[in-house]
Amino acid sequence: MSKDIIAALKENVIQGRKTKDDVGIDDSLADKPGVVELTQQALDDKVAPQEIITEGLTAGMEVVGEKFSNKEYFIPDMLASAEAVGAAMDILKPALESAKVETKGKFAIATVKGDIHDIGKNIVAILLKGAGYEVHDLGIDVPEDTVVDFVKNEKPQYLGLSALLTTTMTEMGVVIKALDESKVRGNVKVLIGGAAVSDEFAREIGADAYCADAFAAVKVLDSYQQAKS
Amino acid sequence: MAREGIHVERPYERLNKDQVELIHQASMEILQDPGLISFNEEAVNIFHSHGAEVESLGGDHRSWHVKLPEQLMTSALKSVPKTVTLGARNPDNSLVMNGDQPKVYLITGSETNIWLDVEFPEYVHKSDSSKKIRVPEFKPRRGMVEDLCQSARVCEHLEMVDGFIRNVNIQDRDITPENKDVNKFFASLNNNTKHFMSGLTSLDQLDNVVRMAELIAGGKKQLADNPIISFITCLVKSPLQFVDDTTSTFIEICRRGLPVAVSSSPQAGTTAPIKEAGIMAQINAEVLAGIALGQLVKPGVPLLYGSVPVRARMDTLSDSYGAVETSQYNIDCVQMARFYGIPNYSTSGVCDSKIPGQQSSIERLFSDIVVAMSGPQYLHCAFGLLECNSVFSLLQAVLDDAHFKMIKHFLKQPRVDQTEIESVLKQIRSVVDTPQKLYISHIRPVLRSGEISGLYPFEGSGETDQVFELAFDRMEELLAKPVQHIDEETTARIFAEVPGILPRLNVYERGS
Repeated sequence: MSKDIIAALKENVIQGRKTKDDVGIDDSLADKPGVVELTQQALDDKVAPQEIITEGLTAGMEVVGEKFSNKEYFIPDMLASAEAVGAAMDILKPALESAKVETKGKFAIATVKGDIHDIGKNIVAILLKGAGYEVHDLGIDVPEDTVVDFVKNEKPQYLGLSALLTTTMTEMGVVIKALDESKVRGNVKVLIGGAAVSDEFAREIGADAYCADAFAAVKVLDSYQQAKS
Repeated sequence: MAREGIHVERPYERLNKDQVELIHQASMEILQDPGLISFNEEAVNIFHSHGAEVESLGGDHRSWHVKLPEQLMTSALKSVPKTVTLGARNPDNSLVMNGDQPKVYLITGSETNIWLDVEFPEYVHKSDSSKKIRVPEFKPRRGMVEDLCQSARVCEHLEMVDGFIRNVNIQDRDITPENKDVNKFFASLNNNTKHFMSGLTSLDQLDNVVRMAELIAGGKKQLADNPIISFITCLVKSPLQFVDDTTSTFIEICRRGLPVAVSSSPQAGTTAPIKEAGIMAQINAEVLAGIALGQLVKPGVPLLYGSVPVRARMDTLSDSYGAVETSQYNIDCVQMARFYGIPNYSTSGVCDSKIPGQQSSIERLFSDIVVAMSGPQYLHCAFGLLECNSVFSLLQAVLDDAHFKMIKHFLKQPRVDQTEIESVLKQIRSVVDTPQKLYISHIRPVLRSGEISGLYPFEGSGETDQVFELAFDRMEELLAKPVQHIDEETTARIFAEVPGILPRLNVYERGS
């Protein structure tokens, strides 16, 4: 029985169906439970959260990644799957905490002060959540004090800063300087991204990494995780 | 079942109603004064028996001055079919055209002497051997019958090609004026199941070609119901002259009731006035005179209003298909044909460029887009043609197919109705209410339904332009795909009953 649920979970992740109301890639799963319903059902059936994650969610995302690499899937498909996995992780969070299972890491993300553009930031947040990270979205037009306070109090291991405009990209340097002055810069890896910034700019302002797109953000964080283990 | 074509709901038009009427009237006046010069006696007799004023002209060549009264023209044009069906070996590839409806079929053409081979040699950077590039090298050579077979095979698999006009002039040493027609028809029909149109080199071969088509279609009646072949005849030499041999060919094809495109190709500046009103009045008169002749020979014979107007190059006075005026003239002709309700054979995509590249892309895409927007029914859009129809490149044909997919998508009609508006309002309200405010999740159903255009199919990775390399790979892939040849029994009958077909074209004899 648990095998059936896990298999259905994996298939629904591949099809990007968060709930039973969502359309998939084809009509084969129409009106059947989606990832949210199946995750809850798996927990109710006492399936171990780790098994749900590795055999269902992560296994499904691996197939999605392959299909994306083969140009069979596009970004909307990838995001639909990631959103579904993110929703499953929210359901699993209490069970993971009580089982003392740690997430891959805590990631905070913000669009810097003066900038209200958030498409890229939101896509990064969805993909990282879908990849198993605990994501905290601090929003848009976020002043450096808010970022510093969050880093001090919530202790994320990773911080993402986003800016679209050439006029606001300098705020990224301001945030990094503020983290330095508050003596918490060493506690957090800072990733930057956005149309205006570059690898060179990341080095100039002392960021740890530049991410050209959301997939690069997942890769960079996963590489930090691997380095830890 | 006919091919879908491209429906153009609101065609682009350059002329207003008054201007169309003025051109029509000017054409009628031209046909009376100065009238035509005909080098074909039979046409003169046919026109004369229907009320035309005829006068013999002196000189070395027998010719006549023919003045066509408006009444004769009006009466003859009444029997022109508004709907013309061009059949196909595979009936699902049939083309149904109505002169009043701007539905566009995309057709190959024309007959080129030169076949352009392409190779991709690799070049290595002098000071850094890790840096390599592949650059296309184009090598022109004389077109052969095997090239025509290859072209027909690739065009069978090109999705946007609706019909096949033979696009390689076969110049093998064993091809003669006597066997050329049967070989070009067989090579094309045996490698392509779409409609096939061609000119005729020798009138003597007409019955052999028709017999071949009857055998493939299944009989005389079957060919009449499903005309898998049609003809194109340029019986007019601009300005306003009926050529002797082509006119004879045209008359004989009309007698057999097979579809014909009546084509004229005046050059603005040399064989037609450089002014738009002038070339339009003249080409319209020339085409209408041909159509009238066909209807007088056999009322109701299916004809296409064939227009291939072109502007002269000012540096050489040769054709300039890349000139923007050439597209303007073609669009005007589409409109004139629609005025008469006759399906239009139009022209686009012919370029001045000698090889595939930026010039060829710009020239052909410009005219392909604007002429397609005007809604001709039968658009000879020069798949693979270069240097004003004298060179054919399979690589270019593969590129053209990809670009026409984009044009077809562009010409899709907008879907805006009450149901759609209600659906999008619901979507906007639901998305604005979410924290992320992204519509991305709503893309997927639209993406899968094919409503979103695809990526450019020859997009390279990184920052290098790989269009030619990727198109070449696609071309090789298509060349390797099999085609449905004419069955063995029919092939045997064709070889037995139709003389002159080269034995090497019999796929059952050569075992390939």
